[in-house]
Amino acid sequence: MISLILILLASLFFTGIIIRTKSITSGRKGPGIFQPLKDIWRLFKKGSVYSKTTSFIFQVAPSIYIASILMAILVIPLGQYKGIISFEGDFVFFAYVLGTGKFFSIISAMDTGSSFEGMGASREALFSMFAEPAFFILIGSFALLTGHTSFQEIFASLHFGSYISYILGALATFVLVMMTMVENSRMPIDDPKTHLELTMVHEVMILDNSGFDLGMILYGTNLKFAMYGALIANLFMGSFPLYLTIPIFFVIQVLFAVTVGILESFTARFRMNHNAQYILALSSVSLLIFLGVLLVLKLVS
Amino acid sequence: MVIVTAFVVVIFLAIILVPFLSVTWKGIITVTTVTIIAIISSVIAFQSLIGKNFEYLFPGSPITGIVPVRIDALSGWFIAIINFTFLTGAFYGMQYMKAYRSQKSNLSLHCICFILLQASLISICSLQNMLAFLVAWEIMALSSFVLIIFEHHKRETLSAGINFLIQSHICIMFLTLAFIWVAMRMNSYDFKAIMLFSNSNSLLTGVALFLCFFFGFAIKAGFVPFHTWLPYAHPAAPSHISGIMSGVIIKIGIYGIMRMLLLIKTDYLVIGYILLFVSIVSGIYGVMLAIIQHNLKRLLAYHSIENIGIIGIGIGLGCIGIGKGNHLLTLLGFAGALLHILNHSLFKSLLFYGAGNVYQSTHTMDIEKLGGLGKSMPHTSFLFLIAALAICGLPPFNGFVSEFLIYNGMFTGLKVSDQALILPIVFGIFGLALIGGLAMLCFTKAFGSIFSGTLRHNFQHAPGEADFGKLIPMYAVFILITAIGLFPKIFITALSEPIKLFTHYPDDYIPADGLSITATMSMIGLCSGAFLGLTGLIFFLRKRIMSNKPQTVNVTWGCGYVAPTGKMQYTASSFVRAYRKLAEPVFSIHKKKKEIRGVFPKSGGQETHPYDKLEGWFIDYPLQQLRKFLSRFIFLQNGNLQFYILYGVAFITLVLVIPFAYDYIKAVIKFLNQL
Repeated sequence: MISLILILLASLFFTGIIIRTKSITSGRKGPGIFQPLKDIWRLFKKGSVYSKTTSFIFQVAPSIYIASILMAILVIPLGQYKGIISFEGDFVFFAYVLGTGKFFSIISAMDTGSSFEGMGASREALFSMFAEPAFFILIGSFALLTGHTSFQEIFASLHFGSYISYILGALATFVLVMMTMVENSRMPIDDPKTHLELTMVHEVMILDNSGFDLGMILYGTNLKFAMYGALIANLFMGSFPLYLTIPIFFVIQVLFAVTVGILESFTARFRMNHNAQYILALSSVSLLIFLGVLLVLKLVS
Repeated sequence: MVIVTAFVVVIFLAIILVPFLSVTWKGIITVTTVTIIAIISSVIAFQSLIGKNFEYLFPGSPITGIVPVRIDALSGWFIAIINFTFLTGAFYGMQYMKAYRSQKSNLSLHCICFILLQASLISICSLQNMLAFLVAWEIMALSSFVLIIFEHHKRETLSAGINFLIQSHICIMFLTLAFIWVAMRMNSYDFKAIMLFSNSNSLLTGVALFLCFFFGFAIKAGFVPFHTWLPYAHPAAPSHISGIMSGVIIKIGIYGIMRMLLLIKTDYLVIGYILLFVSIVSGIYGVMLAIIQHNLKRLLAYHSIENIGIIGIGIGLGCIGIGKGNHLLTLLGFAGALLHILNHSLFKSLLFYGAGNVYQSTHTMDIEKLGGLGKSMPHTSFLFLIAALAICGLPPFNGFVSEFLIYNGMFTGLKVSDQALILPIVFGIFGLALIGGLAMLCFTKAFGSIFSGTLRHNFQHAPGEADFGKLIPMYAVFILITAIGLFPKIFITALSEPIKLFTHYPDDYIPADGLSITATMSMIGLCSGAFLGLTGLIFFLRKRIMSNKPQTVNVTWGCGYVAPTGKMQYTASSFVRAYRKLAEPVFSIHKKKKEIRGVFPKSGGQETHPYDKLEGWFIDYPLQQLRKFLSRFIFLQNGNLQFYILYGVAFITLVLVIPFAYDYIKAVIKFLNQL
């Protein structure tokens, strides 16, 4: 319960901080941190335009998309405090329920019959396919390390002792940050601010959405950021009591948002046709973590 | 006794009756017979699923010995799946075949073989005498061959059928070989002899015997590299036959493998590793090829290979669990595999029925030509979507439940941090995650380009929704798919007897692991339900909020271009282009490209024909070599009648001379032996 509230709170300012960081690094005055939220609120109040080629799928997809993200958030714990849903292997549910949302966002992009939106849809499907093994190997390594198979048990019994485990923590953070970028189609995978349909991933998929639906999709991005931020925060919580975990949670969320902002300000977007290889390389970083776990457990020497 | 007699009598009556009836009655009689057989055999099957095994001994003949009919929980589970698929297949097929009403004799044969196929599949699951088993297996192979070549005036259908027939017989050859091996040593045709044989021999012999059976059954099941018949046979057959073939015929191979696992007592760890490796390769290879197919039914056929891989991963994990004495791993592995067998038979048959509807309304299976069918075929598109979600293993549908069990098994295996388990399991996790992602790419492509957007091709008749009769069996499958997704606990409980066969729990022992599994399963059902509820709630809220806001309908955003046509949509090929470029080294794709050139350009175009590299290596190359070798003897077949008479005379002389020369030959052999 507590994690749900915290993630919802974090989702309110997350993208705001990213935008603020970007404006500071580029020397602009920039909008306030609640500007993205105001934009979404404005969209919620607007009417909408539908393409005549679309069918019912286009109408229902944004609802399923945001519902899938909310369901995934319910699984996430806060250190030793369980999420609303917690069972053996809940991370499989986490990954697959997000998959359902993605499936619908892809086919709703195809539903418009546009010559651009399929392009983004194709990339989204390809990139998320390559990101999946990385996530599962990462969690598998943690399952091996801690001997548990649910998010809450894994995170509660995760603690850092040796040098190797610090490296593992750093690598895991790296994998999760990069996965966030892939899942949300941000730099260096995709540049959401580009104005060319041919080079976008997520933004080009939602060209035809408007009004309330677009608002939901944009808020979904905020939620996803906060959700992955919470996962990263969980890496460092262990079994601390509540008065420590809540500050840790917010500090890490803010740090994460600032990192994303800095990353977006100072990196260039990758070449689109090399993205897939890059994302697959994430799996090899996960494998490194796995080897590290083997070292920690002294299964190999 | 009564049941077995009734079973045989009903089949005979129906087969004799069918040729004499009018076309409408042929269908009705077939469906009725299938229903009666299903009811009769399901009664026994369900009894065996609650622990009451069925055994009946036919006296048999001096050659075969006693022919035992034994139905235990494993057979029961398969019989139940076979019956459900055949029921929906028969009802769907009756409507589907209406398009071919004029081919009366062809339909008679089709109906007879349909009944025979069901009967032979059920017999395979229950007969436990090697000879009887092989006879039933042969009936199955032949009747499915006849069913596949229904449209035998088409050349490719016939060649696909013959391909199937030959490969089925290679499969039978392996099985016969293995059976002969056992029967020769044990002097009995009963399946129990296999168990005795493996008990009395070394572990290595057991592994070799299992591999011999595995090769045979793997051809039927479609494990890579024995899969090459599948992508030809599925598109050639009528849709309800494709559904049944993918749903249950290839599963009978899995049944064989599981039966042999129960009978052969050997080193399960080695077998587990082999199965796991072959299955992961099958899974990944199957779906990788599925993505680049242009023919919808071919795409689905490659997906069957993928799903056989997933089932195999479950079985492999289970074997490793037995080998390591890890009960939980055994339980999860076999539960996942058995449930996935049911699940795959459901969503795959639904997908094929959907493909059948599309085919009958557009007369093409080329994905590139279809498009925008969602509006003209709302029911078919909805059902196809559900099946696509289920096959990708996405919640809240049934595919997720079985994949979850297998994942859970793998993570449980990791938890115990046993060196022998870690590497294969990480390989498995990587494989299963990749398969899931690739399947999503594949089905977003298939659904997106067939049912979304607008038409890409001008059809002579506007495509329309299939009639009600076809949709009813499809909705029946849909209900079961959703039921497994939302109430997985019921089905896991139903599986407890078949799983017990593998885990060897004592009767009064209730495993704590089992309890935690059912708890997890009900949690999954709950979560899936909550997901559906949440989606519904958000959708409802959205509707309420949007009801008082202006809504307009306009054209799709075209970057300022105002006259887009259906042909400017993103096509299926371009959807998977990035993927194809990446995976190109694994495939062999024949490309034909005609570029647009010059000041006054003529038409351009590009064609890609995906081909299976493994088929090239394992089928085409040996065949080519064989042909080369045999062509050296072509002088024998020179067309001269005189020569042929000479061959006859030479043969007869040889036959007559051998008895006379018998003693000499014997002496020579003796001499050779002494050397």
